[in-house]
Amino acid sequence: MDLPWTLILFYAFAGVLVLSAIGVISVKNSVHAALLLVLCFFTTSALWLLLQAEFLAVALVLVYVGAVMVLFLFVVMMLDIKTEPLREGFIRYLPIGLLVAVIMLVEMLALMGVNSMATVVAPADPGGASNTAWLGHALFTQFLLPFEVAAVILTVAVIAAVMLTLRKRGGTKYQNPSIQVAVQARDRVRIVKMVSSTIPAPATPESAP
Amino acid sequence: MITLAHYIVLATIIFCISVAGIFINRKNMIVLLMAIELMLLSVNMNFIAFSRFLGDASGQVFVFFILTVAAAESAIGLAILVVLFRNRATINVGELDSMKG
Repeated sequence: MDLPWTLILFYAFAGVLVLSAIGVISVKNSVHAALLLVLCFFTTSALWLLLQAEFLAVALVLVYVGAVMVLFLFVVMMLDIKTEPLREGFIRYLPIGLLVAVIMLVEMLALMGVNSMATVVAPADPGGASNTAWLGHALFTQFLLPFEVAAVILTVAVIAAVMLTLRKRGGTKYQNPSIQVAVQARDRVRIVKMVSSTIPAPATPESAP
Repeated sequence: MITLAHYIVLATIIFCISVAGIFINRKNMIVLLMAIELMLLSVNMNFIAFSRFLGDASGQVFVFFILTVAAAESAIGLAILVVLFRNRATINVGELDSMKG
């Protein structure tokens, strides 16, 4: 008997993903929530590999697990947060949150008509090329301008994040790089011409002992 | 065989979990940001599934851009969070009411 391995893997990854997503929103410790979110991203990357979206799966691990979640962990550990006042209202809002989530789930599933979509089986093969080449071809021909805009957005975000968190404290010494770069040699060294004068020799040269 | 419906249903479940997370973690801003990341993840999964099953590269290019913008968003959001904590010494959303008239 030939086991449907991809389906088994899909259900395994989906189970891990749902459980860790529930963990992210329900654990008490923020560090644990961040680590569970890392597990979510990693499992999602595996699911995207099952969809043969290799480039985005690797990019998800690199960008999210490697950069964004490390940033989250840094912030969670840097801030000295007392969790008790943040947990108030957890039980109070739990029923309404669950109610809204379940109603949304049922509505969405009813709207999409899962049964009609279950017939779509055969994934289209993207022209025999690898996923990265396929994606890159679309990205650098049809979507070149949005690609450049995305680069600008990232640059603006980096500068904004640095400028937001930059803090000038009194009493600390700063270097000004523009002044340092603009300095000239004549500002640093001043050559003074002096009239040389003869130093009077000591009257009685001391003999070496 | 994995069908399109499998991925759509999974993405819907993740989306609804993160909506519930926003409801029940109303006070903790870090968990709110994490729930937003989870939402974006489910949307990305929808995009990739449709792109794959329809054979159109545009969906995956969109996921690329969503990843970019989401990284920028979380960087700026966490920077705002750090500044907020420095000024108010709290990240409790209930106490951030200085703009209340």
